[in-house]
Amino acid sequence: MTTAIGVTGLRKSFGEHVVLDGIDLHVPTGTVFSLLGPNGAGKTTAVQILSTLITADAGTITVGGHDLATNPHGVREAIGVTGQFSAVDRLLTGEENLRLMGELYRLPREENRRRAATLLEQFDLVEAGKKPAATYSGGMTRRLDLAMTLVGEPRVIFLDEPTTGLDPRSRHAMWDIIRELVAGGVTIFLTTQYLEEADQLADRIAVLDHGHIVAEGTAAELKRRIPGGHVQLHFTDVRELDTAARILGNASRDLESLTLTVPNDGSRRALKALLDRLDDASIETESLTVHTPDLDDVFFALTGHKTDDQKVVTR
Amino acid sequence: MTAMTDSATMLRRNLLHLVRYPSLIIATIAVPVIMLLLFSYLFGDAIAAGIGGAAGDFDYIDYLVPGILLMTIASGAVQTAVQIRSDMNEGIVNRFRTMPISRTSVVTGHVLGSVLLNVTTVVVVLGVGFALGFRPTAGIVEWVAVIGLTVLVSFAITWLAVALGLAAKTVEGASNTPMVLSFFLPFVSTTFLPLEALPSGIRWFAEYQPYTPIIQTLRGLLIGGPIGHNGWLAAGWGVLLTVLGYLWSKKLFRRDPQK
Repeated sequence: MTTAIGVTGLRKSFGEHVVLDGIDLHVPTGTVFSLLGPNGAGKTTAVQILSTLITADAGTITVGGHDLATNPHGVREAIGVTGQFSAVDRLLTGEENLRLMGELYRLPREENRRRAATLLEQFDLVEAGKKPAATYSGGMTRRLDLAMTLVGEPRVIFLDEPTTGLDPRSRHAMWDIIRELVAGGVTIFLTTQYLEEADQLADRIAVLDHGHIVAEGTAAELKRRIPGGHVQLHFTDVRELDTAARILGNASRDLESLTLTVPNDGSRRALKALLDRLDDASIETESLTVHTPDLDDVFFALTGHKTDDQKVVTR
Repeated sequence: MTAMTDSATMLRRNLLHLVRYPSLIIATIAVPVIMLLLFSYLFGDAIAAGIGGAAGDFDYIDYLVPGILLMTIASGAVQTAVQIRSDMNEGIVNRFRTMPISRTSVVTGHVLGSVLLNVTTVVVVLGVGFALGFRPTAGIVEWVAVIGLTVLVSFAITWLAVALGLAAKTVEGASNTPMVLSFFLPFVSTTFLPLEALPSGIRWFAEYQPYTPIIQTLRGLLIGGPIGHNGWLAAGWGVLLTVLGYLWSKKLFRRDPQK
């Protein structure tokens, strides 16, 4: 299998602030690779360097078979980039944006017209195509953005947080589009702060924290390393809580909020087993919440500290 | 070749912006036209009476228009700087930077667009001047020289404005710094008054700043009178400022984009 993106010893600092501190990555052609991390982990910086937007301080990088330091133009011919900040010309219509890309990629006039029409169709923007992009919703702008990236038929596509800020419907539409692209054989480098998104789309996931890759593997491999799944049982009475704690054994008590936290992967069978044991002992619980592993758990498990940004979305 | 095709594409993009949002053209034309009306109607007679003795018998409108033409070119500087800064703040320029196209074509497109806009606004302001009684004596050779100098000075001021726009961190900043080009320099030159009529400190500055020889050359070409060494000075300043603005812009654009 050939290498679409190869990175060795990538470093980048902004002044005193070290953003990427020796990153190694290997992305085989035709696969989806996800860089997972909270805001400020260095994901966007990594994409900006790999897509030739900013320069690295150190490291060897090849993208699409071209050395990024010596042949950035070759890299640019192979890639397409869609970032979390819209890269569309808001004063032009959707169609004009696509045709501007086509002109810059030297498409013959007729082919350019056709490709723009096809992409508008494919991205559900036919109606909107005649309107200025400034009037688009977030989801529409993101779709136009990605459509513009595809005009040049890139072999390697960078998607920097492609669904951040989108509503669930737009997010799922974006996932479907990404899956179609993968089916077409392109290599995708995806950054996200959502574990679920990486889980849904990526062949391999690398977890980035403070400029270091702290874990890498398939979604299943990473999840096995995360012991975060648990169930919280809420009680109205301390005695009930104590009894439950005695019966369940492996549980941690919080007397103040009268909750008991029990490790549990949240599957139907595991939940039923837990509830059966409580029923057998005739223990009344007020309520129960299931907690499946999320990004905070990944981070806590892999790095031993919480994510810096408490606003990080844990869905 | 690549650079030219890409720049032409970028120029079309900028012209499309202009056609769709003509408020930019109107804003660029408004200032010089207002100055023209203000100084010819309101102050014209008073100024003509005041300096008439020194400059001989003349129509103040004939004296005024050549300087106003330079002011017209300069008034485009603010728009250029603002446009380039707001473009840089949009993600689209970062997209261009990751595409296999000529790196500076987006800037070149802006420059060509601004120069075309400048030439158009100069023609409009010249038309207003004619309507107000401006009667140039220039022949074909002089008109060709006027056009050449207009284009050269447009490039000079536009490249400087591009650099100021790139150097600014915000759109507000980009709308302030070019005021030096569009407002300050035209006022402390021979736009409205001859050198002899200016207070001594200002006169010294006006004599040596680049706008004065350019205005004097335009004036000489359009309504006659001695040009002398001002012709060479005007052309020299034009070339020098173009090169400086170009190199400065290029350096600023090649930097990694701000985070």
